[in-house]
Amino acid sequence: MKPIETKQEYSDYVDKKSPDSPILKNCFNAFWVGGLICTIGQLILEFCKYKGFDSQASSTIVSITLIGISAFLTSLNIFNKIGKFAGAGSLVPITGFANSIVSPAIEYKSEGYVMGVGGKMFTVAGPVLVFGISASVIVGIIASFII
Amino acid sequence: MEFFQNIDWMLVLRCFIVGGFICVIGQILIDKTKLTPAKILVVFVTTGVILGGLGLYKYLIDFAGSGATVPLTGFGANLAKGAIEEVQKSGLLGAFVGGVKSASGGIAAAIFFGYIASLIAKPKIKKQ
Amino acid sequence: MKKVGKQTISFDAPPIILETASIVGPKESEGPMAKYFDQCLTDEFWGEKTWEKAESKIIKETVNTVISKSGIPSKDIDFCFAGDLLNQCISSSFGLRALNIPFFGVFGACSTFVESMCLGSVFIESGAAKYVLCATSSHFCSAEKQFRFPLELGNQRPPTSQWTVTGSGASILGHVGEGPYITHITPGKIVDMGIKDANNMGAAMAPAALDTIIQHFEDTGRKPSYYDAIISGDLGHIGKDILNEMMQSKGYNIKSLYNDCGVLMFDKNKQDTHSGGSGCACIGTIFSGYFFKELKEKRIRRLLLVATGALMNSTSTQQGESIPGIAHAISIEI
Repeated sequence: MKPIETKQEYSDYVDKKSPDSPILKNCFNAFWVGGLICTIGQLILEFCKYKGFDSQASSTIVSITLIGISAFLTSLNIFNKIGKFAGAGSLVPITGFANSIVSPAIEYKSEGYVMGVGGKMFTVAGPVLVFGISASVIVGIIASFII
Repeated sequence: MEFFQNIDWMLVLRCFIVGGFICVIGQILIDKTKLTPAKILVVFVTTGVILGGLGLYKYLIDFAGSGATVPLTGFGANLAKGAIEEVQKSGLLGAFVGGVKSASGGIAAAIFFGYIASLIAKPKIKKQ
Repeated sequence: MKKVGKQTISFDAPPIILETASIVGPKESEGPMAKYFDQCLTDEFWGEKTWEKAESKIIKETVNTVISKSGIPSKDIDFCFAGDLLNQCISSSFGLRALNIPFFGVFGACSTFVESMCLGSVFIESGAAKYVLCATSSHFCSAEKQFRFPLELGNQRPPTSQWTVTGSGASILGHVGEGPYITHITPGKIVDMGIKDANNMGAAMAPAALDTIIQHFEDTGRKPSYYDAIISGDLGHIGKDILNEMMQSKGYNIKSLYNDCGVLMFDKNKQDTHSGGSGCACIGTIFSGYFFKELKEKRIRRLLLVATGALMNSTSTQQGESIPGIAHAISIEI
């Protein structure tokens, strides 16, 4: 091997030396776990409709139920194991959003309920609300001009 | 048993495949771009708002049901849909009211369950 | 004591490492090195309420252990050098606040253990101190919380990431007594080769280790074959590989002598620690637990101990800064 002198050479060399994530295996696990979570959501949705809820209420119930399950599994220290196995499969569905709110709430409890739980709850999920809500306001403003 | 007879199992299958496929896109982003989980979530929710705002996401929901609504893109599309519907009812004010209104159930649930979990759970090490 | 070459100090009356002690957490207790440590914990909290309190307790108890093992009354210890990874080194200062020994807080990230031994040995040799205590600690949970994500977050660790060792290592240096000598110290320069990935610390620190080791050989006129073993701090599997190849490219073959504490600490296949161990306690516990005994038993007579550190924090990572590395080397002989 030639001696490495520049940062660029070193960066290329490190890229070559660093193993890649097992992407095929990860994608397979993400696919079936993610699909399964959505399917559970679909069955809850069908059940709500069967019980006579309208479609907006049904999908809200689906969200709340999945968030509840995710929060429960997070507090039992099970969700992080699912997340390690499934990666985006549990992160991308609404369960990942719930986990990213519940996990700092548990972790920062040691700093007190106000500044710890209350203050740090959105360290991971805060950006989702900031960007999601801001984008929806922009969409709404544009819509108000068009309509 | 009547409940199970009423289920459209083809829709459930499409839901599984579409939901799984959206997660695979997320997995490729994680493995190939070194984006942190927070950034992945932001990418998905913003994409959802844009597709929802353009009126495209509802076709995916019609096709795959929860396979489109449960991933965070669905959360984003729901924000956009709420904002547009509220604008139709009450004008510009709706742009500020509608989005959060339609997502309020999910947001309130996550906050409430997070608070409850912090009362009962103790942080624990990942075993691996 | 005199300076030789560019950055090495050679001791005329080499300070002696009188005693060491180590305590490790549960995961380390399942690893291949478990039998060498003084105490293996079964609970990361160790009966405390927070990770930070647990880490303070670990360093406190390790220091108590080294003092009682050495038989030196704590009032005779002149100075203490200690540090850790948490902001403003709270584990060390909180853990050791009841110790009543003049205290220097040291921050060298994961190189802290050897950095404190460098400073301590200069104090001993200059006559400023009769006994010096050096200690360091790290804790997987407190480090994850500060540098990465909450433990409950369901994320995946990339294959290049390293596992912060839970534990603490401590040593007592003196100028009379039996034990291995610190004959040379080579404090390292800050080396930054532009690596930005905080999940690839081994690659970020390897160039610093390379720089310090080569400088040590140039300053002392020694060759790698002079040593029975060259041991780095926490480069892990990837960093170890990189250092081996880069040393080779500079004309030094250290492959047969060289190992890394991050590689030694865990069983890569069984424990799922990816690139290996890291953290202040990695080299701290493995030197205190394993290599000190090997030196005492004269199975290793000449050891070059190179602790590496990544001098970054979570803010610098978020701001997209590259990671400066550092490596301090000490030559220990008996």
